Amino acid sequence: MDFVLIVVIGFAAGVTSGMLGVGGGIVFVPGLVFVLGLSQLSAQSTSLLAIVPVAIVGAWRQRKYGNVRLRAGLVLAALSPIGVVGGAELANVLPTRALELSFAAVQIVFAFGLARRAV
Amino acid sequence: MARLAVIATVAGAFSGLFGVGGGAVIVPLLILWMGYEEREATGTSLTAIPVIAAIGVAVQGIHGNVHVLDGLAIGIPAIGGVLAGTALQQRISVRVVAGAFAVLLVASAAVLVF
Repeated sequence: MDFVLIVVIGFAAGVTSGMLGVGGGIVFVPGLVFVLGLSQLSAQSTSLLAIVPVAIVGAWRQRKYGNVRLRAGLVLAALSPIGVVGGAELANVLPTRALELSFAAVQIVFAFGLARRAV
Repeated sequence: MARLAVIATVAGAFSGLFGVGGGAVIVPLLILWMGYEEREATGTSLTAIPVIAAIGVAVQGIHGNVHVLDGLAIGIPAIGGVLAGTALQQRISVRVVAGAFAVLLVASAAVLVF
């Protein structure tokens, strides 16, 4: 039963990834925590592993469909490690709660911006 | 180029802090700040995500936090899902993509807050 559930959740994460251009972690992580019983940290780490092939396949399909600006994508990929290191430093300086609330606020602003394009 | 550098940095930080791929930051910024069309933003985001996620896997793998078999169990069906999701995206209006992304962002914000 758990096996069927994990296949369904995995497939749903992939659909989310393909449709919205994200890794799918927002679906992977709860699946790994609640169905497979991983801790939050292990689930996030394991989710990142699942994201790598999924995003590669998604990028390959989108390239075929003509929806990839390759140079921009490669620039983003090349410069992102600066952010990963910076984020880790930030986590040592600022309380986790402040970071969570800040990013949540930014996401709500983005959500408004995108919702306005939808209507 | 400067804007891409800012987006890469913020996405990397988001990924490093919360253990996700960074797409939730990249896609809205490409659309709202750089004027990308929705499908282009999602395709370009997917190109950058494997690198960002791979860095996280490498770091967390050293600490023994990556469960490979569980990752395969959930990740292999997801490859089928991403084929379906990208195909579906070509057949729907970009307005639906924008609206669905807004919903995803609200869900993501809720996860961060609660």
